[in-house]
Amino acid sequence: MSGSFDILIVGIGGQGTILASNILGEACLIEGRYVKGAETHGMAQRGGSVESHIRIDGLFGPLIPPGQADLLVSFDLLEALRYSHYLKKEGKMIVNRHLVLPTSVFTQKLPAPTQDEITEKLKKYTLCLLDADQMAEEAGSPLSQNVVMLGAASPSIPLRSESLIDAVKRLVPKKTVEINVKAFEMGREFGRNC
Amino acid sequence: MGRKYLLGNEAIAHACTESGVGFISGYPGTPSSEVIDVLRVQPDRSYYVEWSVNEKVALENALAVAWCGVRALCTMKHVGLNVAADPLMTSAYTGVTAGLVIMSADDPFAHSSQNEQDSRCYAHFARLPCLDPASIQEAHDMIPEAFTLSEEFGLPVIFRPTTRICHSKGDVELGKPAAGVRKGEFHKDPRQYVVIPAHTRVLHKKLNEKQPALRKRLVERGYNHYKIQGKTAIIASGIGATYVQELLPQGVSFMKIGAYPIDEEWMGDFIRKHEKILVIEELAPEVEETVRQVAGCIPVFGKKNGYAPYEGELSLPAVAGIMEKAGFLKKNPFYEGNPVQQLPPRPPILCAGCLHRSAFYAIKKVFKDAIYPSDIGCYTLGLQLGVVDTTICMGASVTVASGISHAGDTRDIVCTIGDSTFLHTGIQGLLNAVYNGAKITMVILDNRITAMTGHQPNPNSGMTACGAESPAVSLDALCRACGVSFVESVNPYDITGMVTVLQEAKKRKGVKVIIAKQMCVISARRAGIKRGRYQVNAELCTGCGTCVRFGCPAIEFEDEKARVNDLCSGCAVCAQLCPTGAIVREGKK
Repeated sequence: MSGSFDILIVGIGGQGTILASNILGEACLIEGRYVKGAETHGMAQRGGSVESHIRIDGLFGPLIPPGQADLLVSFDLLEALRYSHYLKKEGKMIVNRHLVLPTSVFTQKLPAPTQDEITEKLKKYTLCLLDADQMAEEAGSPLSQNVVMLGAASPSIPLRSESLIDAVKRLVPKKTVEINVKAFEMGREFGRNC
Repeated sequence: MGRKYLLGNEAIAHACTESGVGFISGYPGTPSSEVIDVLRVQPDRSYYVEWSVNEKVALENALAVAWCGVRALCTMKHVGLNVAADPLMTSAYTGVTAGLVIMSADDPFAHSSQNEQDSRCYAHFARLPCLDPASIQEAHDMIPEAFTLSEEFGLPVIFRPTTRICHSKGDVELGKPAAGVRKGEFHKDPRQYVVIPAHTRVLHKKLNEKQPALRKRLVERGYNHYKIQGKTAIIASGIGATYVQELLPQGVSFMKIGAYPIDEEWMGDFIRKHEKILVIEELAPEVEETVRQVAGCIPVFGKKNGYAPYEGELSLPAVAGIMEKAGFLKKNPFYEGNPVQQLPPRPPILCAGCLHRSAFYAIKKVFKDAIYPSDIGCYTLGLQLGVVDTTICMGASVTVASGISHAGDTRDIVCTIGDSTFLHTGIQGLLNAVYNGAKITMVILDNRITAMTGHQPNPNSGMTACGAESPAVSLDALCRACGVSFVESVNPYDITGMVTVLQEAKKRKGVKVIIAKQMCVISARRAGIKRGRYQVNAELCTGCGTCVRFGCPAIEFEDEKARVNDLCSGCAVCAQLCPTGAIVREGKK
């Protein structure tokens, strides 16, 4: 069986899950480690629920089986619940408190759980809940929300923070390096105490 | 070059540069598109690269290039190979001089496709070699070998990665890009290139005579290999082989198939050393059929006796489940997972400010009780808005519409098709509809780009794959040339204007075409086009829900009032729909 450390990043198409997974992959290469991953492309991205699988030290397939993820990083509260069955019993969840209700809720008048109801359900897991949107705003750009999330997850990831920061610098647009490094560090600081 | 963390398609693209490919053509289609998208933006290219108008056109171009002695790559998704099947079948007869690799990316589980067909069957049908990678590294390494193989046997090679190769990522060891590209020259040889009956009969025999040596060579090259470790064995192909390797218990032999046609003698030697065989492969039982042919009375477990599914994609838990059922694993260590039930679904949705949504809104307003054939593109998501009644394949909106019209249904028929799809295989359908007197309205959803697959330019965009300027085709003139007399262009953000044009079309007989023209909202954003955002004046909002029913993700409903969120792109359509004028531009009263 694979001895990989399995991270599932989930969110809504457009939130930057792919960049977050690229940063993890790049950090693995910096440390000379194997890595495998898989992600959602094509039409499925358009505002839909998206997932990125990353298997650090992975040698075989790219997909994490349900019940096997060591870490679930969710950019949206509802998506954390949707993918919660992927987490191992002893796994950990890093979740953005922000909730975007699917348009189906409004157009088809579907019942939707409230922020409190979802949070209550997630409490049975080891949970780190943060307001990544606000932290990203403070870091200098709401778009850095994905890097805040990665920072918050980083104390739970078996990669050195220097490798991750190095990877952030290599992969984000040049003009936004400073903002994103700040976003990462703010996230990391929060994640350490959470 | 060292190791890089790459998307499967990026690794494949890099391998093409390592192979000295001189010509690349293709039509976008998930999961194949990124190969050309990567190659077309490389600086200092020594190769030629194009987005072709469809796969048949792409393959014929590539074939001619390979006849001229230049290595060629042609990419498409699996269903694109149906469009290219005509040249494909005969290209096996004519053969090639330089390497021709046809990448046909399969999509088990139909993540982004209309079916789950298996390109290996086409290879079998055409008697062409097929390489079927099990990992990104193997996909990368197979490309230079595919070109060599193609040249050695003078045959096009089908390269068949699947979604979990194309859209997976991994650390990949890369090679050096090849220096320079050969210059092509066509040598006339009618017996090879003019497939009149007298020539083609000879060519067919030659093709068949190549097969035994081809089968042997694929084993020699190491694509198909095995390890004997016990009395039972698993034979696996593609990504299925990767899952099996992760799960393989001690004492079980393993055979990996990565290339077709399979050498039956070689396989038979392996099988006869075992008492029980399990076959693991995605989609068609391509390997299993060969296994069963040579297995004799040795029991075989696979799709044909219900141990493995014909549909969908494999996964670690799925393979473990099959192994458990067939007695190769004591217990499946995974569980299927119990997702939390009753959560509101979040399917993909048309973007905030998408032109398709407003066009569909106007269509539904004018043509209430109509039939809506549609096509392949982002606008297939119009299904959620109740304006997509049929979708089969590229270009099948206008043809299905005319078919329904000829069947005698008296309701209005309004079909929708995107600009890229219209140029791919829609023109012929329109020509046929006019020629044969169908009574239909066709709305071309013209966003100037092939949006769904990642914004590839097409002949309607005014630029080539590499960004060079090219004449933008006139859809209006094209439709008129097909014989349509009612052709109107309209901005779908202007609901009143669009409704007026549709009402006019409704009154007319014959084939009517409306071109709903507006830039894709994602392209507009990338081009820096900024329109002011809109907001709801809570005092004027009566909570009637008209705007919410429009289905734009920028509109939410909170405390009995509508609210515009920050996804708003400023298309202003909701402001036109609001009966109380409560939706206004930000900063305006």
